[in-house]
Amino acid sequence: MDVRLKYRVVKSKLVQVLIIMLAFTITLPLLLIIIYIFKEGITEINWAFLTQIPKPVGEAGGGIANALAGSLIIVFTASVISVPIGIMGGIYFSENKNCWLSNWGQISVDVLQGVPSIVVGIVIYFWIVKPLGGFSAFSGSIALAIMMLPIIIRSTEETLKLIPSSLKEAGFALGIPYHRVILKIILPCGLSGILSGVLLSIARIAGETAPLLFTAFGNPYFSTDISKPMQSLPLLVFNYATSPYEDWHKLAWGAALILLFTVLLLNIITKLTTKKWNVQF
Amino acid sequence: MERPVLTSKKLNAYFGSVHAVKNVNIEISANNILAIMGPSGCGKTTFLRCINRLHELTPGATSNGKILLHDKNIYDMHPVFARLKIGMVFQRPNPFPNLNIFDNVIAGYKLNGLKLNKVNKERIVEDSLTKAALWKEVKDSLHKKGTFLSGGQQQRLCIARAIAMEPEVLLLDEPTSALDPVSTASIEELLHELKKNLTIIVVTHNMQQAARISDRTAFFYMGALIEYDNTKNIFTSPKDTRTQNYITGRFS
Amino acid sequence: METGVKKIKKAKLPNRQIRMEVVFRHSLISAGLVVVILVLGIMLSLIWYSIPSMKALGFTFIWGKTWDPVRDIYGAYPFLLGTLLTSFLALLISIPFSFAIAFYLGEYKPRSWLSGFLKNTVELIAAVPSVIYGFWGLIVLVPIVQKIEMKTGILPYGTGIFTASLILAIMIIPFAASLGKEMIRLVPASLKEGAYSLGATRYEVILNVIWPYSKPGLFAGVLLSLGRALGETMAVTMVIGNTSMVPKNIFSPGNTMASVIANEFTEADHTLYLSALIELGLVLFLVTIVINLAGKRIIKRFTNI
Repeated sequence: MDVRLKYRVVKSKLVQVLIIMLAFTITLPLLLIIIYIFKEGITEINWAFLTQIPKPVGEAGGGIANALAGSLIIVFTASVISVPIGIMGGIYFSENKNCWLSNWGQISVDVLQGVPSIVVGIVIYFWIVKPLGGFSAFSGSIALAIMMLPIIIRSTEETLKLIPSSLKEAGFALGIPYHRVILKIILPCGLSGILSGVLLSIARIAGETAPLLFTAFGNPYFSTDISKPMQSLPLLVFNYATSPYEDWHKLAWGAALILLFTVLLLNIITKLTTKKWNVQF
Repeated sequence: MERPVLTSKKLNAYFGSVHAVKNVNIEISANNILAIMGPSGCGKTTFLRCINRLHELTPGATSNGKILLHDKNIYDMHPVFARLKIGMVFQRPNPFPNLNIFDNVIAGYKLNGLKLNKVNKERIVEDSLTKAALWKEVKDSLHKKGTFLSGGQQQRLCIARAIAMEPEVLLLDEPTSALDPVSTASIEELLHELKKNLTIIVVTHNMQQAARISDRTAFFYMGALIEYDNTKNIFTSPKDTRTQNYITGRFS
Repeated sequence: METGVKKIKKAKLPNRQIRMEVVFRHSLISAGLVVVILVLGIMLSLIWYSIPSMKALGFTFIWGKTWDPVRDIYGAYPFLLGTLLTSFLALLISIPFSFAIAFYLGEYKPRSWLSGFLKNTVELIAAVPSVIYGFWGLIVLVPIVQKIEMKTGILPYGTGIFTASLILAIMIIPFAASLGKEMIRLVPASLKEGAYSLGATRYEVILNVIWPYSKPGLFAGVLLSLGRALGETMAVTMVIGNTSMVPKNIFSPGNTMASVIANEFTEADHTLYLSALIELGLVLFLVTIVINLAGKRIIKRFTNI
């Protein structure tokens, strides 16, 4: 009897140890990746790296200014397109339940969330690149905007669901019209949740490469014209990392470090926003 | 008798197929307090929400009949107009958590996009808070968030917010049910003051409260208006047996 | 003084505000419509542009073992197989880890700084861009795999399906882990306490109470990470070796549907070639839709109980 109990307790402990070991193994690859990229990348980063454009093969030096500017422009344009639509869509779905559009909208958001990013790239190629006659940063932004949309819609919707309906009624009872109740009462109360959703979606798309392959395409030169092909950080990392040249690999490590740093920073900021701007009910 | 401020004519309200308010006819005259009482689920809150046109915001909720404010049917107006003239205070205090006390009082103006100059703003805030018997307690902390106040203070803040809009009718939906006895007493006292300028309708499940504060009392049962008379008559000589049963506590 | 305020009220509020309200409601509806139209549009476009390939190839597209654009032969079998192999291998590798994380965060230590650390780690794993995984895999992982292959006497490509699965496994752990955690937290405390009060050990509670209860939820998490794995492009493209041959074993180089599209889309110079690639995209799209919706359906049913 006693032996059997002991056996059970030991078994329980062993399983616990196994689970803890397995669970914490996940930190290993993350650490390895961060450390490796930091080690390889940090030596590359200097002022010239941030301000120059890449040099042709064989010449040392050069930088990623074109990719930095490009990423900024593409992601910014994508946000400008996606944030308003996403927030409004989120409001619509949280305000209207069980109507035709809401039901299909919910399914569509689920679908959109799971669409492989490369598929979005293909579709935008036919929707925008071909009609406009060439690769462009703008088409890349649209592709990224589509990737952002479901994230923003979901986070807005989830946030607004938590806001007590009594606040809305308080607004209506004061004779405030619908749009002002939503814009001036409900949205400010859910600001932290919505903002963190927006930041999260930006963090997600800032590192996206696949949808840009056939849209923004990449550009070895500096360009700020959104109707022309444009370089972006992830594209540069991909193109240079898969090239056979050692110099280009170095450039790619530097770019990868900056990309990784930006994305992780955005994630951390998202967390802080959620904590700081939370409205207490 | 003077002309009524608010009249409901053959008012019916539904939640889907549930008939929540049945053919209610009632006339309310100015500067009176009307108490609506009845067991829970009797349609008294729904009736109140019809007057403010909040009922129709619930998905699946419908209503028909007329509610006349003076002579105009509020169902012929845009709801925003009706609500500007008919203020409402809810069961649970609901100050806007993102606004401070000052802005909560003038929220009706601010959020409607009505521009007020500084003098007017301050006058309205002081006026409304004074009328709501809250001014003395909060005048030094107007820039704190409204949600820092106690429950009773929050409810008075909500009353101040409603009367700042200078409505003609003020609806209160069990305004003291979430409050302690002291806060309840101060709000009841406040209603007495307010009726000088306003017509007040209070929904309550508390019979003593109805008897204490109201001039007239309506008794609702199963969605229908059973009896409507001077408060004194209702409590001393009710005509309907159901009213009698209710006030003697035979059901609740 | 009262009249002053009243005047403002009457004069300024009305019609413009009410018109704005209508405009606002309509913009909300339009935003909702945008999503539905987008999804329909994506699906119809994919179908429309793969019609040439469907007409020319029919079912040989799926079972054909040769993909040779030069001779205009398009059989997607190598890529279907490559996709399935990498995804399921990745799933197999990731499940022990993601379930361990789910149980640790959901049951063992829901609140402590260590689980906070683990939670953040998992979130960061999900945040790292896939191109960075690919780059790291290419430079660090590929040589390691190569060494292992040399020792065991397999052709030492280094790149290949196995390497891609390793990278993928890391990338998809967060999806099953974080969802699994939520599902395990939903197990009612009363059930667990009931078992504990009968003298069960923690392992027995997990095995007999938590596991049966949260099984569908954990399964849904696995489905969602499978959806992720199937559609993942960049990291896989960079380490899978990119060949159109049918993979002989899990160490041989190959291609997935997504990586073929990434590699060949801009080179596709005639209609049938392009159309065949788009048909791959369509297959990918449909498969991920089914998997995702199934996963979400399970979660919804599970959380509604």
